[in-house]
Amino acid sequence: MSAVVFARHAMTPAERLRDAGWVAFVGLILGIPLVGLTTVDVGGRLGVETRFGLLAAAIAAVFAGRLLLRWAIDQARNRKQERDRASTATAADRAHGAQRVVNVLGWVALGASIALPIVFSDNRYVVDTATTVLIYVMLGWGLNVVVGLAGLLDLGYVAFYAVGAYSYALLSTQFGWSFWEALPVSGAMAATFGILLGYPILRLRGDYLAIVTLGFGEIIRIILVNWTEFSNGPNGISSIPRPSFFGLEFTRSAPEGSQTFAGFFGLEFSPMHRLIFLYYLILVLALLTHAFVSRLRKLPVGRAWEALREDEIACQAMGMNTTNIKLSAFAIGAMLGGFAGVFFAARQGFISPESFTFTESAIILAIVVLGGMGSQMGVVLAATLLVLIPEFGRNFAEYRMLLFGLAMVLIMVWRPGGLLSHREPTVRLNALDKAASTKEATR
Amino acid sequence: MAYALQQLINGLTLGAMYGLIAIGYTMVYGIIGMINFAHGDIFMVSAFIAVTAFTILAAADVTSIPLALTFVLIVSIFFTSAYGWAVERTAYRPLRGSTRLAPLISAIGMSIFLQNSVQLTQGARVKPIPPVLEGGIVLWDAPGFTVQIGWSQMLIIVTTVILMSAFTWMITQTPFGRQQRACEQDRTMASLLGVNVDRTISFTFMLGAALAAVAGVMVTVYYGVVDFFIGFLAGIKAFTAAVLGGIGSLPGAMLGGLLIGLIESFWAAYLWAEYKDVATFGILCLVLMLRPSGLLGRPEVEKV
Repeated sequence: MSAVVFARHAMTPAERLRDAGWVAFVGLILGIPLVGLTTVDVGGRLGVETRFGLLAAAIAAVFAGRLLLRWAIDQARNRKQERDRASTATAADRAHGAQRVVNVLGWVALGASIALPIVFSDNRYVVDTATTVLIYVMLGWGLNVVVGLAGLLDLGYVAFYAVGAYSYALLSTQFGWSFWEALPVSGAMAATFGILLGYPILRLRGDYLAIVTLGFGEIIRIILVNWTEFSNGPNGISSIPRPSFFGLEFTRSAPEGSQTFAGFFGLEFSPMHRLIFLYYLILVLALLTHAFVSRLRKLPVGRAWEALREDEIACQAMGMNTTNIKLSAFAIGAMLGGFAGVFFAARQGFISPESFTFTESAIILAIVVLGGMGSQMGVVLAATLLVLIPEFGRNFAEYRMLLFGLAMVLIMVWRPGGLLSHREPTVRLNALDKAASTKEATR
Repeated sequence: MAYALQQLINGLTLGAMYGLIAIGYTMVYGIIGMINFAHGDIFMVSAFIAVTAFTILAAADVTSIPLALTFVLIVSIFFTSAYGWAVERTAYRPLRGSTRLAPLISAIGMSIFLQNSVQLTQGARVKPIPPVLEGGIVLWDAPGFTVQIGWSQMLIIVTTVILMSAFTWMITQTPFGRQQRACEQDRTMASLLGVNVDRTISFTFMLGAALAAVAGVMVTVYYGVVDFFIGFLAGIKAFTAAVLGGIGSLPGAMLGGLLIGLIESFWAAYLWAEYKDVATFGILCLVLMLRPSGLLGRPEVEKV
């Protein structure tokens, strides 16, 4: 990493100019066919349109950007060297300090998320957006088990999300199951799919898993689109029942023999009640997920995941059954995705295969990668960022996936740990470790 | 019978194109041991370059088809190789020697980036071009069904055969081929013996991109439409072909491509056309389960 970010020596201005010129030249070659030229529809036939102004602007931006980047890198490098010389704090101390900040941040975020619907109790937009953020947080935490902890790249995570959503949709519309009855069954269903898919593939090297899951996500979508008798095809399933508050419906008037939420508590009916209830529901689900995953990390199986991520061959040599360990991570990740899918179906009341495309998988993966694989708080941060960016305007929404892709590459190149990196083992031998770090600090 | 023969021809055409893309996957996998997820999108970029080039030629009133094809091929190969080089240089080279997961994620990011940049700069709509090569030879005028091999199909098959021969010669006989194979076997040792590993890897990427560019031009000629999403499925199928043939093996990639093309067209013709993509993924899973080293590959031994 350091070889990339920090050149072996600081560059002279002339070198920087030459470097930027070279990058701009490459940019020019790459830009001519895609930016400089474009084909447009002219009366039923294609015609070529030139955009050399735009190309020139883009190249100038690349040139200036590269120049600036090089300069910034040299500056950062100098500063880092000075800091290293001046301070005696070890990397472990700094990581410890950062961890404390993250913990405080976590409590603040928790408080804010509990208070949010109370403060914005009549702002539908805010509560809705916050609910979306929480769905992505939950999905991110689920995928984090697979990618962040066990180090398996799953590119079809949305398939399990879809399995959960369709399980609930079909169980409730066809068999009249309630949300709470369907939730565990749908989760188990998603986990079963995870095991069925993972079992043959997880014995092989990790790269294959990536492409097979990619294919699996696509298969599920194709089946949902084409098998109309089962899933109603591209039209999707509508009028999925909403969850009720212990049997109290969130409607204006209750059906025979039951009461409405507003009526029971003597409140005036408001459609916001349901939204706020849904918000708290996903908040509770997400927090349960968090607690579950945090506990798992400290159990032998969680430690085995982290060990596997670091060195598979060493794990095998230690006599660990790598297939089963990977399978457990994969199945638990799938189950959490299934839970999120159930909530998604219950919240929307309508699902169709369009909600479960590869783009969705890519967004969830981007959340995990950007947040820092293995970091729970990082996922929250990244999910908030990625959901809010497109809300700032149509332009942002258009460039969203472009920026995600770019960010994934840049993060990998610049900071493979992610925004809040957490590659420290969750459990370590405390007494030994403290002794070692104090010794290092006093030296 | 006539129908089956027609499917055979269609399948071979499709398979030739998958094979050309699959070589890019297999070579990159052989030399740096990673799946280049962005390869399918490199192929898509080349198809867009081909569309632009064909449109320019149409505007310039070039009517000679051989001239037009040669021009488009050269242009497309040039720019697409530049893309292949740039992708390797920016997204993969800095990550060499990093964790196993990092280059994969970087590759998937690159794939998303390429797809969306093409969508933004060239538009999300399907781009149709007027047919370049129409007609063909009627092989068999059976009652009720005519078996025909189109000029474009012939072009694809002949080009693929020529390219494959040239390519095999290059890998087995030339100094570059020797360096490439040396890097594949042992990168550290090759660099100790004076092989410029970085340059060899860059060149491998450019070569893979060039073959994908040929496939891109062929797709444009054959189907006449491209959109920014074609790279996704074509990439997965070509990868399946590479795995089926044995990843790392060049003849395997070609064989796998042909098999996938044939299976796909026969499946679509006799079974369910809407599930033809599912068939490909099914094959991928089956091959990985039953014979992970593929038809022509060697079993992989991981050394510490």
